[in-house]
Amino acid sequence: MGNGTSIGRVRGLGSSQHGAHHWLLQRFTAIGNLILVVWLVVSLALMPAFDYATMQAWLVKPIPATAMILLIVSTFWHARLGVQVFMEDYVYDHGLKFASLAALNVLALAGAAFGVLSVLRIALTTTTGGA
Amino acid sequence: MSPHLSIWRWGPAMAVSILHRAAGQGMAFVGLPVLLWFLAAVAGGEASYATFQDHAGSWYGLVVLAGLSWAFFEHMTSGLRHFVLDLGAGYELDTNNFWSWLVPVIAIALTALFWAAILLR
Repeated sequence: MGNGTSIGRVRGLGSSQHGAHHWLLQRFTAIGNLILVVWLVVSLALMPAFDYATMQAWLVKPIPATAMILLIVSTFWHARLGVQVFMEDYVYDHGLKFASLAALNVLALAGAAFGVLSVLRIALTTTTGGA
Repeated sequence: MSPHLSIWRWGPAMAVSILHRAAGQGMAFVGLPVLLWFLAAVAGGEASYATFQDHAGSWYGLVVLAGLSWAFFEHMTSGLRHFVLDLGAGYELDTNNFWSWLVPVIAIALTALFWAAILLR
């Protein structure tokens, strides 16, 4: 950091060098969402029925279970970034903004963990008729 | 306040921008909880899935699911537009207005196609 010109005094401060990190992660997770949620939507559109047996038989298979776990990670990560920007834009009080962002981090992690656990429980539970 | 913040009129790019945000927040606050409920219900077994299906298949459940499917297609189409803009393309006024109008139209068409596939099976 220089101390002469105005630009020299501020160079290297703030989000310099890593400000694009959030922006890039939003794009990387968007690519994941594009692939995985399109997979989910197409799978649902082609599903022969929506009863319990069909859903369980679908998610017990390794590839749908893996895709669903990846979908949870990608969408919760993307949502965490998107809601963060939403809160930064619309929650004006600094204390409330901090509390909102803290709650967001807790809820996003907890939600993703619960979703992954649910898929694992479906995928790893042996049913009477299952293979 | 400086007049550059208060003198403006709605344009298609502004509309598609706020729709992108609304659809995204809707999916974050409603869509992800519904996804978790669905997965937990399947994990919980036949009885818990029946409870989920009763709500999901009711008129209000279908309204929420229809809204979420629209939110996804809107956010996805609009997100693809963002990828093009990120490359530095599509800023010419006519091109920008054209795609800003087309994004919501494509999103509604995809939503209709999705529900046609489900309801007309």
